[in-house]
Amino acid sequence: MNPAPFEYHRAGSVQEAIGLLQQFPEDAKLLAGGHSLLPVMKLRLAEPVHLIDISGVGDLRGVQEGSDGVRIGALTTHREIERDETLRQRCPLLPEIASRVGDRQTRARGTIGGALAHADPAADYPAGVVALDAELIVQGPGGERTIAATEFFLGFLTTALAPDEVLTAVRVAALPARTGVNYQKLANQASGYAVVGVAAVVTLAADGSCESARIGVTGAGASAVRATAVEEALRNRSLDEATVAAACEAADEGIDLLDDLHASADYRRRVVRGLARRAVLAAAVRAAEAWGGPGRAGLR
Amino acid sequence: MKVPVNVTVNGTPRAAEVEPRTLLVYFLRDTLGMTGTHIGCQTGQCGACTVLLDGEAVKSCMVLAVQAEGREVTSIEGLAPAGTLHPVQQAFWEEHGLQCGYCTPGMVLAAHALLQENPDPDEAAVRHALEGNLCRCTGYQNVVASVRTAAAKLASGAEPEPVITR
Repeated sequence: MNPAPFEYHRAGSVQEAIGLLQQFPEDAKLLAGGHSLLPVMKLRLAEPVHLIDISGVGDLRGVQEGSDGVRIGALTTHREIERDETLRQRCPLLPEIASRVGDRQTRARGTIGGALAHADPAADYPAGVVALDAELIVQGPGGERTIAATEFFLGFLTTALAPDEVLTAVRVAALPARTGVNYQKLANQASGYAVVGVAAVVTLAADGSCESARIGVTGAGASAVRATAVEEALRNRSLDEATVAAACEAADEGIDLLDDLHASADYRRRVVRGLARRAVLAAAVRAAEAWGGPGRAGLR
Repeated sequence: MKVPVNVTVNGTPRAAEVEPRTLLVYFLRDTLGMTGTHIGCQTGQCGACTVLLDGEAVKSCMVLAVQAEGREVTSIEGLAPAGTLHPVQQAFWEEHGLQCGYCTPGMVLAAHALLQENPDPDEAAVRHALEGNLCRCTGYQNVVASVRTAAAKLASGAEPEPVITR
């Protein structure tokens, strides 16, 4: 099972990659770890004529902490994210999600930038970056621009990236105090992809109630979205099990649920609601534990 | 149009001209004639084709040969000198960690990568690390036992042992 023939280009820099994308505007694809792209090329769902390998562009790899948060290079692999100490401290949601992507071999090759740019509806990271209000940094012929994660995923395998732009990094703000995170996933047993995945970022107020809950949903519809109805229903509320369960009944609101051989729309509806409840409760417990404030007692 | 590929395979530098679309597993099997790396599903799920790329377990059907340019590949043939079994292979032998043997090269290399990182994995860690390796004979119990035995062998400084035929 080979991909269709293509011409191979090795880009030594982002500028070079952009130049090649401009040179072949219709039929070029960027190659990073290849773990999203090669499978669809083998199935001939994608037949790029030009493959531009950016995997050797060194400055796109690695995690750096700055004054504006943590910057994750697009070529950073899932395994690197899973084990990165800075992220584990500052933004543990991404390592948690990375640890649930595919299997060990997949995580060794697949990159966060590749997964996000591919925008598979069942990918794991999209739930996390929308919940975190991450910023995606992209570079094009005119320079650099930033796209909010919540505005990046436009639909099935479709993003806000222009054809001549390269996703270079993901920027996440350090989590506020009294914040806990969690990722819940129902994995397809064969592929490991998320039938549904829900990421929650919960920040408690000083009295232990919910100051804010940010909830990202992947796998349910054509692209990852925030469950804003649940977020609003939880604001200023005590995060006891009954309140959270009731609020999460709205977790699928506004999502045009997929209905395919992996799961019916009705099944996905139930799973989204259930995973949202689990994710919010687990994130709230972690927020309270990390803090040690009144929220913890209230959650018991 | 063919492109040059230079890869060190089991310690030996190898150079060839291949079509860019050539997958690493075909490069090993067809270009270099090393058939120890097995092709299972070709969709990145079964792990039969697992090799080490710069020491990290990867699925060689999910890597283009050109992506291995300048890097080091270890396939099952390179784990121990010819005629001997690496302690991980020996442990699979002793614990009957294979039935038909098709998944075994990938299992052994994935187990090897795990043990390099975690010399004493518990059962859960073994199962998690081998999540990407499928055994259609479903002999997972013995695979887990093999990896635990391999860990003990390596901890006691075991060297490759001669293959016993009878």
